Formats: sequence, C-alpha cells, structure tokens
Amino acid sequence: MTSATTSTDATDGVLPSGWEIVIGLEVHVELNTNTKLFCGCPNSFGDEPNTNVCPICLGLPGSLPVLNARAVESAMRLGRALNCDVNSSVFSRKNYFYPDQPKDYQVSQYDLATNTDGHIDLPSGTRIRIERAHIEEDAGKLNHGGGDGRIHGADYSMADYNRAGVPLVEIVSHPDLRSAEDAKAYVSELRNIVTAVDVSDAKMEEGSMRVDANVSVRPVGSDELRTRCEVKNINSLRSLERAIEYEARRHVHLYDNGEKPRQETRHWDEEAGRSRSGRSKEDAEDYRYFPEPDLVPLVVTAEDITRLDASLPTMPSARRQVLADKAGATDDEVGLLVDRGQDAFAVSSIDAGADPKRVVVHLVNNLSEGVGQLTPETFAGLVTLETSGDLSSTQAKEVLAEMVAHGGEAVAIAAAKGFEAMDGGELESILDGIIAEHPDEWERFATGDEGDRKKMQGMFTGQIMKATKGQADGAAVARLLAEKAGS
Amino acid sequence: MTDTALAIAQAVRSGQRSASDVIDEALSAIGSREDELHAYNLVLADEARAAAANVDAQVAAGEDPGPLAGVPIALKDNMCTRGIATTCSSKILEGWLPPYNATVVDRLAAAGAIAVGKTNLDEFAMGSSTENSAFGPTKNPHDITKVPGGSSGGSAATVGAGAVPLSLGSDTGGSIRQPASLCGVVGVKPTYGLVSRYGLIAFASSLDQIGPFATTVADAAVALEVIGGHDPADSTSIPSPIADLQSALGKGVEGLRIGIISELSGDASLGSVEGIAPDVSARAAAAAQALEAAGATVEHTSIPSAVHGLPAYYLIAPAEASSNLARYDGVRYGMRVDGANALAMNAATRTAGFGEEVKRRIMLGTYALTSGYYDAYYGQAQRVRTLMINEFNDRYQKFDLLLSPTSPTTAFDIDAKTADPMTMYVNDVCTIPSNLTGQPAMSVPFGVGDDGLPIGVQILAPMLGESTMFQAAAVLEEAAR
Repeated sequence: MTSATTSTDATDGVLPSGWEIVIGLEVHVELNTNTKLFCGCPNSFGDEPNTNVCPICLGLPGSLPVLNARAVESAMRLGRALNCDVNSSVFSRKNYFYPDQPKDYQVSQYDLATNTDGHIDLPSGTRIRIERAHIEEDAGKLNHGGGDGRIHGADYSMADYNRAGVPLVEIVSHPDLRSAEDAKAYVSELRNIVTAVDVSDAKMEEGSMRVDANVSVRPVGSDELRTRCEVKNINSLRSLERAIEYEARRHVHLYDNGEKPRQETRHWDEEAGRSRSGRSKEDAEDYRYFPEPDLVPLVVTAEDITRLDASLPTMPSARRQVLADKAGATDDEVGLLVDRGQDAFAVSSIDAGADPKRVVVHLVNNLSEGVGQLTPETFAGLVTLETSGDLSSTQAKEVLAEMVAHGGEAVAIAAAKGFEAMDGGELESILDGIIAEHPDEWERFATGDEGDRKKMQGMFTGQIMKATKGQADGAAVARLLAEKAGS
Repeated sequence: MTDTALAIAQAVRSGQRSASDVIDEALSAIGSREDELHAYNLVLADEARAAAANVDAQVAAGEDPGPLAGVPIALKDNMCTRGIATTCSSKILEGWLPPYNATVVDRLAAAGAIAVGKTNLDEFAMGSSTENSAFGPTKNPHDITKVPGGSSGGSAATVGAGAVPLSLGSDTGGSIRQPASLCGVVGVKPTYGLVSRYGLIAFASSLDQIGPFATTVADAAVALEVIGGHDPADSTSIPSPIADLQSALGKGVEGLRIGIISELSGDASLGSVEGIAPDVSARAAAAAQALEAAGATVEHTSIPSAVHGLPAYYLIAPAEASSNLARYDGVRYGMRVDGANALAMNAATRTAGFGEEVKRRIMLGTYALTSGYYDAYYGQAQRVRTLMINEFNDRYQKFDLLLSPTSPTTAFDIDAKTADPMTMYVNDVCTIPSNLTGQPAMSVPFGVGDDGLPIGVQILAPMLGESTMFQAAAVLEEAAR
C-alpha cells in the first residue's frame, strides 16, 4: 500500500485558526466474561498461542455457535449505563477474507443492534451522543515474520486464534467531539463507565479497549461534514490526542493546497508521529451483511430492562458530584480520583472523620499507585494524627507508606518509628537550652528586622529539629518561637 | 435385499443374530456393487467390525445396545466423524480429519447403530444428481446408466441397492427426497430444527436438515426418533423431545384432510408448472386415490407461491453458501495452493479446490448479497419465503397434509443435464417449498414409471407434523405393496 504523500513539516505545529475538528469515535471493548462469545473456551489474555481454541472458535466445518448469555447481559448492562435503548436484536454476518478470521466472516450486528441512541456527558458538561453499542466477536491475531512486521511485507505469518470469538461491544459515537481534548475526556469517561459496571478491564495498552477515530475538519461556523479518515492503531490516550491533531492538520494542509483528503483508513505510527495510508474506502470491501442463520434473534423484554437498571452501580458523573460536595476539592482533583476509582475510598475516609482536604491531598499526591493495605478507617486515623499536630507532614507520609505496604494502625506505626509527639513543655525546655547557647542570635530573632527574623527562625528551627531528631512538629515549633519572642 | 433395521435390531438385541454377522453381510453387499455404483467415498470396514464386536459384547453382558442395535447405517460424507475423513466430495477438504462427531453420529452410536461408510454426494450438497462430486458420480442401483438423484445420491443408492437398511442424508432443497424418489426408497426431510445440525457441514444454514433414508416407513420413523430431539449445541434446535413416531404408523388416515397442490400436480388446467412427467403425475394421483380409499378426504388446493420457491431458493441458498464456504481459504485445514500473499493464496486454493457448480453458486450468492443488489435479490427472496410460509400455514388451517410428486421425472441419464444448470435446478421445484417454509416432507415409493424406474410421492406436513405425515406414509406404503 502507498504511504502518506504529505510532508511531515507541513503537518507539524498547531491547527491553524478558522478550522474546527469533527471527531467520531468507534471504541471496541472486550467483555471480561469467563468464556468466549459462542463457545466454552476461556476468554483469557496472554496464553500460549492456540491453546484456548475449539472447533467452534476455529470455525471448523460443521461447528455452530451458541450465544454466551453472560456476554449478552454484560453488553446490555453497558448499554443501559450509556443511556441507550436496549432492543431485541439480530446477529448478522460481516463477510470478508482475512487470515485472522476463522470463518472469513465476523458475527456482528448490523441493522438491529442491541444498544442504540445513548449518550455520555463529559465532565465538562458536553453531551456526546452514542449511535449504537453492538455485540460482536473478536478476530484472532497474526504475528508477521520477516519484512517490516506488516502483513504485506512479511515472509510468513503465524495465526493465533486465542482471541477469536472473544466478546466485544463496539461503541459508536456520533461525530459530536470537537477537539482531541474532548476525545480524550470521552474515552476516559467511557472507561470509567465500563469499569464501573465491571464488564471489561478496558486497558488500551493490552487491547481490551481499542479506539478508532473518524476525523475531519471544517471551517469554524460551518455545520457540514467533510470527508473523514478513520485512524486506527491508537494504543493510548496520548496517541489518541496526537493522532487526532496530526490528522486534522493534515486535512487543513490539503485544503489549503487546493486538495482534498481521500476517505480512507489510516494507521497511526506512534514512533513516527504520523498516520500512514491504509486501504481506500472507495475500493473498500462490501461486507455483504445478512442475518446470521445459525443464531436466533435476541429477545429483550421490559422485565429485562428493569432488572438491568436495578443492577447498575452509581455512574461516574454522579460520583464526581458526591465527592465534590464532600471534599470541596477542585474539578481536576475530583476527576482524577474518579478516573482512578479512588473516590469511594475518599468518601469513606471523610465519613470516618478525616479532614477532607488532607484526604484529597494524600490521595492525589501520595497514593497514585493505590491504597494497598490501607482502609478508610486506618487512613482517617492517620489524617487525624496529622491534623492534630501529633505527626508532622513528613512523618505522616512515612507512616502512610508503611500502612500502604503492610497495613496496621497509624498510632502503633508512629510509636514504633519513635514519632512520639513532643509535649509543649519538653519542646520549650529544649528551646530554652538552645537560646542559652545562642543569646546573640535569639536577640536578632526577637528584635531584629524582617530579614534577621526569618534567618534566625530557620536557624532555631533547624537546631530544634536536630535536637529532636526531626520529631518536633514544624508548626508547633513556629508557634513556640513566636510566643517566646513576644513574651 | 437386506432385512429391515427393526428386524435386525430385534434379532441382535435378543441374541438371535450377532452384530458382527450383520456387519459382515452388509460390508459384503456394499462391496459386491461398489465398483459399479460408487455410492461411497469411504467404507469403514475396520471401524464397523470393531463397533459390531462392541455391540455383541454388550448383548453378551446382558446390556441393551439400543433401538438400532447392530444396524448398519451409511452417512452422507458431509457429517463430521471424529478422526475419519469427511470430504463433502470436495478436493478442498483433502486430508482434513474432523476432531469431533456430528450430534447425529453420536446419537446413532448411542442407539447401537453401526456406521459402515461415508457416502458420495454432490460437492457440498450442491446438485440434484451426485454428478458434481470431485470423486466421480454415483449410479442409480436400478439402472447404472441413470443418476441416483442428489445431492444425497450415495446414501439413497446404497439403501436402494439393498446393501444397508438405513442411511442419513441432508436436505437443503430436496437432497433427501428427490434421490429417495429416484432410488425407490423412503426419504424424510424433518421439520427445521427437529434434528441437530451440529457437525453437518453447512451448505445453506437456514434450509439444511438431516434426515433418514430407509427401505420402510417404520425404519425411517425409528431412525428419526433416534437422531431427533433438542441439542443445545445447535441454537436453531427446537427445545423439546421428538414425538413418538412409531406409534403413529398404524393409525391410518381415516378422517384426515389431504390437499393436492394444484401448482405441482402436472395438470396444466389446474395451473401446474410445466415439466412434471405424465407418469409421475399419474402416480401422485393414484396415491391420492389410495389415501381417499383409506378414508381421507382429498381435494386439489392452489398455493400460488409454491412455484416461486425455485427462484427464491436459488438466491437464498447460494447467498448463505457464499458465506458458509468462505472458511475454505487454505489457512487452517484442507487444501492449500500457495500464492504471493494471503489473498492470492486464498484465491488459488479456492480456484483449485472447488468444482464448477460450487463456484457458480458462490458467485451467485455473493452477487445476491452485494450492497445495492441485496434488496432486489436476497431481500426479495426472503419476502417470497415469508409469503410462502403464510400461504402454506393458511392451507394447513384447512388440510392436515398436502400431497405432490417428489421429483418431476424418474431417474435421468447420467450427463443428460450437466450442460445446462437450469434444467438441473428445475428438478427441485416440488421439494424446495418445504425447505423454505421449514416444514417437514417425505418421499414414499409409489410404483414405477413408463421406464420401469421408481417414482416417489411427496407428503408435506405443517411444522412438527411428522406423526400425521408418517400415518399417511404408512398407508401409501401398504397400498403400494
């Protein structure tokens, strides 16, 4: 196939003003069922090639599919979580030849999809409409040997059908997204929803969540939909952002030069930072969809919908609101904790009596790798020791790390580390000793100008910390110094 | 002529006769005519003898091997048999050994039946004469210059030759009933979903159904009882056990209302399609009289959509086939012809591996599903199908059963129709409606034509109407004696 003819120079930089990006996303989510969509083979990632296969997922002659009820349930739950209508639906065959496709057709859905007409509200408040979220089977994987690692230049290819027949939901958005930033927010929110309803681990890096972006541009103020390109092989949120921005600049560049983009599939090359032309949609295959005769229609009743809705957990948007109300944190902090799935922990910790601000600060800064052995109650215990001045923030951090790694109560760990809080009298007698040794410096602190006072405060604090091996609380020391100087 | 399956099973179960003896006799009968008939792609002599020894051991141990104990049965070579070549009479499946048994194969074995061979067919069951086999044609046992019909020609011929009492075929547009008619045996196309398709190599999934060939109506009934009933491995399988068919056989047809389909009667004044031979329509009329004489009420009834079955079928069946046969691409099993890249390898393999008729239907079906033509062809054919279902259901409000010839003619000469596919396709005009509606139908031998060759009469029934259908079949069988 041909590669892009556009020079990279022309597509570097930012999108020229006066243009708007129009983006629709197609997101494939692998469902986390125990078994595949149409057979009893394990749905598992990373096993030896061709070990999770049987006559059905290998498409052997005479084999027939039997629909996995759990997969259907998961797909419908996701549909409701995406505010879709969940409909009675029909499976169809999508016919095309490719060696990773055991039957040379994919069982998917065409005109009668399970989930239609939904939406996601981004944290910014923008509503992105979802056209459909249909059920289909995954294909196997080809590993190309020799050549440049792609099928066309390969000397040979090896097919691994472990993934063939793994259940997928393909979520197709309307072209409602207007920036790479929005696209990232959409995918993050979709991932939050998918993990909230627990139907997939939704990891872009492992391929359990795959994003294809349909990108076009138009002059600001126009409502036309110009020729789009579908960009594939996007493996992270960062890739998504770069791929969209590159593609938009490429389109603008073409229009600026009196050319037009061709409708085609393009492959994002993360290393090169550009997309390469794939097959043209003009000579694209006709998939010859027709109803899959080996399966019966999927019937959904009103009772099914009621049951599905009752089974749904609180959605991320509602969780953001709860946390914002509780913690008074910024939108960014709240969004981050919900993205990480730490919002419930934060709320429980606050409910257990911890200071909301310290809870958020610790989670955002010190617990990005997870809370480990920490519980909301033990965490609240630690935060309270800190806010009451019994532990310095440095000590609190050290105790926290210990609690994350091995669990336990903050008081006990602090004691074991010798982090007993100084009582006021002890601290004062230490300070009196230091003043006696440094009368001139104390004079400068007590009566000197702003500069002297600052310098000397640092000196005395350092001496106290040295004498207490760092166990003194910084705030308490500052208070004591101020009191003594004023007296 | 072999004993009936029921007689053999009774003798084996009671210890009067050993299964080994039965199988030796069957293998010898097969061997004596196989050179001239070519009914088999593979005779399973060793496997059958081992299975027979097993049945004999069961009987010796006081166990009941089942209702088909020791009965030799031939399997159309499009049904998967574990570790045994299953070819669909196509070069493209060369060397492929299925790792599993079709559900019907397991059910037969569990009932004590013994598979003696894999029978020849039109490649991938596409044809009406068994001349489209990559391994050469099968001949009609009554006249080896004639075809046995098809596509299940091998299964019909070996039962027609008296080598085995039972065989299985598959029927997508008449592939059991038409060869049954031409070979003078009973052939049943059950209700769609009554017999599991798991392990039947698909031709057209929404039409394919497995059914038995037998020398008697009673044998066909017991065979269908054994292979029928719900199978969770086939999503289109009807989720209920099969009815007791054997008990229906003695019930007669007193009071049954039977309609003769005018459009398939051979009588132009009734609006019949052309091409139904006078000797054939005369036998169908005689069958109607026999049923009337036995107490049924018989009258002509018009089903205008019946004649539209042929064009609808030749769009739907190839459309499904074009998809079902895509998997024979040289990647995973069977034949592979190398090419410069994967797609070239696919094309080279399929060019070399498929015969002319299979390629013709793949192209027909691909075209019928092509975007822009879909609605005019596949879509229109599906609407015709719905119309036929509605019309037949409407007639079954008034009639218990319908009647027609099975095949427009008796067995024709080998090579007579191979030059023009259209003349071959017309063979299926009487049988296709039941596949499109999903309803059951069977062919019962009812005399011979002017050429002395067998003629079958077709009994059609509503969904799951097998019991009533077998009642009438038993009456016709008795009348034909």
